[in-house]
Amino acid sequence: MVRDVTLGQFLPGNSLMHRLDPRVKFVLVLSVIVFIFVAGNFVGLAVVAALVFAAMATSGVSIGRYFKSLKVILFVVLFTSILNLFYGGGEVLWEWGFLRITTGGIRNSIFIAVRIVVLIFASSVLTFTTSPTQLTDALERLMKPLKLIRVPVHEVAMMMTIALRFIPTLLEETDKIMNAQKARGADMESGGILQRVRSLVPVLVPLFVSSFRRAYDLAMAMECRCYNGGKGRTKMKVLHIAPVDIVVSCVTAAACAGVVLLRIFVTHPYL
Amino acid sequence: MEYLHTENVTFSYPADEGELAVPVLDGVSLDIQKGDFVALLGHNGSGKSTLAKHFNALLLPSGGTVYVDAIDTRDEKRIFEIRRQVGLVQQNPDNQLVASIVEEDVAFGPENIGVPSAEIRQRVDNALKAVDMYEYREHAPHKLSGGQKQRIAIAGIIAMEPNCIVLDEPTAMLDPRGRQEVLETIWKLNREKGITIVLITHYMEEAAMANRVVVMDHGKVLLDGTPRQVFSQVDLLKKHRLDVPQATELMDLLRKEGCPFPEDVLTVEECVDVLECLLKET
Repeated sequence: MVRDVTLGQFLPGNSLMHRLDPRVKFVLVLSVIVFIFVAGNFVGLAVVAALVFAAMATSGVSIGRYFKSLKVILFVVLFTSILNLFYGGGEVLWEWGFLRITTGGIRNSIFIAVRIVVLIFASSVLTFTTSPTQLTDALERLMKPLKLIRVPVHEVAMMMTIALRFIPTLLEETDKIMNAQKARGADMESGGILQRVRSLVPVLVPLFVSSFRRAYDLAMAMECRCYNGGKGRTKMKVLHIAPVDIVVSCVTAAACAGVVLLRIFVTHPYL
Repeated sequence: MEYLHTENVTFSYPADEGELAVPVLDGVSLDIQKGDFVALLGHNGSGKSTLAKHFNALLLPSGGTVYVDAIDTRDEKRIFEIRRQVGLVQQNPDNQLVASIVEEDVAFGPENIGVPSAEIRQRVDNALKAVDMYEYREHAPHKLSGGQKQRIAIAGIIAMEPNCIVLDEPTAMLDPRGRQEVLETIWKLNREKGITIVLITHYMEEAAMANRVVVMDHGKVLLDGTPRQVFSQVDLLKKHRLDVPQATELMDLLRKEGCPFPEDVLTVEECVDVLECLLKET
């Protein structure tokens, strides 16, 4: 079962979004997320949403996939929007004890719900169209300036790469050890929470020991392949900014500027 | 000087306090020529893996010297020069792969030694073709079989364009099919690219395909010669808890019963021929 684990939610493809430089994509998604919060009214939010929908449409991923990614977060969306229902001023529509639903509250709750949904869609565009390796690669390069203040950027990126590589391997191993312990009569499914946690100890200890052995082997294999830190290292896949990256960046920048202007000039309380 | 040259090498792992360090290698002198295919045999604890780690300066000798292409492995400044030339493939394929995409893993070595990007691409493609894994270049390693993973590990070494590959029991964790794939790959690399191979193994059938077999015992070289020379010494090998290929063993047993068989039978085919002759005569 754990063999089929997919890392992140990357869906390979060759769409416009897939072809964007991962650094550019990362920065753009980050700024879109910021501007989702800058947008103080529906008009502004509509502009950001239009941008995100355009990105979704050019990602080559079916809309169904995007809605599926909402599922996990559905509870949070409902919870926050119901909570917001009871805040805000305006006309009182319904009252029961201290609970009061107002027109302003309805407006707020819809606003928050739309905000979260757009936020999830925006980050899904990034995770659906960027492989984990591309993502770590992009992060390594984006964080390069931090080297000046002695942040070990290359090492952090290397750790992420190795962690991603070994997640499936270790999951598989956990499965194996659990089966081995079950075969010897270990009971992992019954009992209270405390007992179940305790029954995990005989799984975690061998897993830990074997991880150290793996780490030792891997370190040796890396040494055999001339690894000596980030010094003088080249890359097979060089990232470069193509015209399409610039165009997409300009569109995003224009939309963000629009959001700021709309926040300043649209002051209607229900918009 | 030969390509790999060891002179009276001794090595012992640091001992706990109050204990005497037991030498793992006890005066090994060995010469391996460029382009040769050498199998290194020995039971557990004979020092064969320790010796393998001396060939690319992962371990440095406690006494004596190891030369790789006339470079002393103790020369710290040239350590990467040595490791680029002599690659080491380990037993567990899972623990040797660094990246979560096959081609990026193969690129790891060349990236470390600072090969220009365009050339890395070329080298990665060639290396993957050499181990017959080109069509898997965009796969995730954890979804491949053991034999395939081991071939990726070999490709990762080939991409550094080494002169020599040392393989430390590369087939020990594989199923028969994976073993076959890996052995064929090693054989091909030796024949077609002239890469020097040092194959450490437990399987006598694998050792039989080498040009030269070196048997180690207690940190010393016990026997050294062609597979036929080495495996004809059935009794000596048995005494040191080592096997011989099944065909050789059968011939040996029959010979002891009085059948007039030659001593240097290695493969099943040869064995069949000899038996066929005998049956025709009677």
